[in-house]
Amino acid sequence: MSTILDFERPIADLEAKIADLKASVKAVTAGPNSMSTEVAKLQTKVDQLLVDTYSRLNPWQKTQVARHGDRPHFSDTVDRLIDDFTPLAGDRAFAEDAAIIGGIGRFNGRAVMIMGHEKGRDTTSRLKHNFGMAKPEGYRKAIRLMELANRFAFPVITLVDTPGAFPGVQAEERGQAEAIARATEACLNLSVPLISVIVGEGGSGGAVALASGNRVMMFEHAVYSVISPEGCASILWRKADKAADAADALKHTAQDLLRLKVIDRIIPEPMGGAHRNRDLAITTMGQAIEQELGSLSSLKPAELKADRRARYLAIGRI
Amino acid sequence: MSWLTKLKTKVGSLGKRETTPDTLWHKCRGCGTMLFLKDFNANLHVCTHCGFHERIGPAERFAQIFDDGVHERIALPATPDDPLKFKDSKKYVDRLKEARASTGETDALVVASGRIGGVETILVVQNFAFMAGSMGAAVGEGFLKACAIAVERHAPLVVFTAAGGARMQEAILSLMQMPRTTLGVADLKDANLPYIIVLTDPTTGGVTASFAMLGDIQLAEPGALIGFAGQRVIESTIREKLPEGFQRAEYLFEHGMLDQVVHRGDLRKRLITIISLLMRPQKSAAA
Repeated sequence: MSTILDFERPIADLEAKIADLKASVKAVTAGPNSMSTEVAKLQTKVDQLLVDTYSRLNPWQKTQVARHGDRPHFSDTVDRLIDDFTPLAGDRAFAEDAAIIGGIGRFNGRAVMIMGHEKGRDTTSRLKHNFGMAKPEGYRKAIRLMELANRFAFPVITLVDTPGAFPGVQAEERGQAEAIARATEACLNLSVPLISVIVGEGGSGGAVALASGNRVMMFEHAVYSVISPEGCASILWRKADKAADAADALKHTAQDLLRLKVIDRIIPEPMGGAHRNRDLAITTMGQAIEQELGSLSSLKPAELKADRRARYLAIGRI
Repeated sequence: MSWLTKLKTKVGSLGKRETTPDTLWHKCRGCGTMLFLKDFNANLHVCTHCGFHERIGPAERFAQIFDDGVHERIALPATPDDPLKFKDSKKYVDRLKEARASTGETDALVVASGRIGGVETILVVQNFAFMAGSMGAAVGEGFLKACAIAVERHAPLVVFTAAGGARMQEAILSLMQMPRTTLGVADLKDANLPYIIVLTDPTTGGVTASFAMLGDIQLAEPGALIGFAGQRVIESTIREKLPEGFQRAEYLFEHGMLDQVVHRGDLRKRLITIISLLMRPQKSAAA
């Protein structure tokens, strides 16, 4: 059973009613006509409710949608968009970190390096992937893969979906901050195109480390922020229950970030969010990535680096 | 600013921790010993009893590090004050006003040029007294300016870090200073100029995870808290007590994250040696 968000309750109730009706239609063999009109009426209502709800999501609601467990994850995306995916693991220094997965494969025929956070979906896989919270070895693996892509002139695609880098004793001991700083540096140093997509949560430095690209796109209901609304509320308001206020203040929605020129493009989600139709969402994302890769294809290695540089220097300037 | 806030700021600055009622004494935050303020100041704000390094601001740092303390402040680019109209329990613009009034500085990063052992050097100091040294657009632009001046004058860049991390009131725009400052570091590296980091207490969050950990040489003051995640966050994640000395300079040194932990009294001498070696590799020892 998939998670139903608070504000989705009325929609879920109607959907349950439709399911009941459909079940009874099946049971009753004769004269299902009136029933099916009833179902159609209810379905129209559901569709309308979805449009109403999802066109008016507030920043806190978007945070919840962005974290929905059924959203497209790294593995879903690779399954659908990448042929011959060949996972590459390990940082060659300490460990393999499954919070960031990466590898080479073909995207629409061309060889690419693709990497990103994986949160996992059930308890076992969530633990395996540490809820998408990477440790230094995860970022060091990302650096290794970026450098590999650079040598073989593969475009790099990064998919960001993390609450943040893992806050733990061992992660600190092994230089979490340094690993993130070096990964950001590696992004900026690439002589190949780097396309980043914030798929769900773009949590702070742990996101930037993979997302310092030529083009940064966000799903319509994704969020990208310096700190989670809960974290911000507990520090600035000193109350975790002010998360909704913090979400408003943080301007972390795709719509805000496009206005601030922090991102270049919003990838539309299926009505009612990507978690309702993962495949369609991934297909749309694939089209957006293809177009952006195309727009960078005429740039030479030095120009790609200069393009990235200009992009970041322009952010926030008067 | 209302007369009331002004008064509050004044009252606030009177209550600063280094002053005791008669302003002759300083109570060490490390060991609690009462020290003669004069001795404490003469000892570079390091406790003469336990060696605790008290936080110091840009003016003291410049005076301690540059030859004869002689330096020239570098004007930094203006940035929008409150681009997101951020308000938590207080308006960001009001927090900025207060920080400006109490420190006399425009923002949390100050840049100056001067000589260190005769070599012209650009010095960046993050000021923890200004909104916890946090990094927003002003800090990012200031840092980029310092890098540009260093490249222009072919001078090494030395950075004294001190920051709680990104400035939350600038939200995503503060996060964007991580890649932005990294671009400045890249310019120094392209120009083969020394980029020397001195981590001071405390340096955490997005600052540590960007320009503060990319030095050619990484030094730190004794006892400085240095890390990515905050200790409370880590404790609540792992639900156990943190190891002794966790995230302190000595602990980072042990884990291979620093070249040296240097007592404040030796810092200037150490910087002179490093800068001389890197900038004047052919110079004879006697010169």
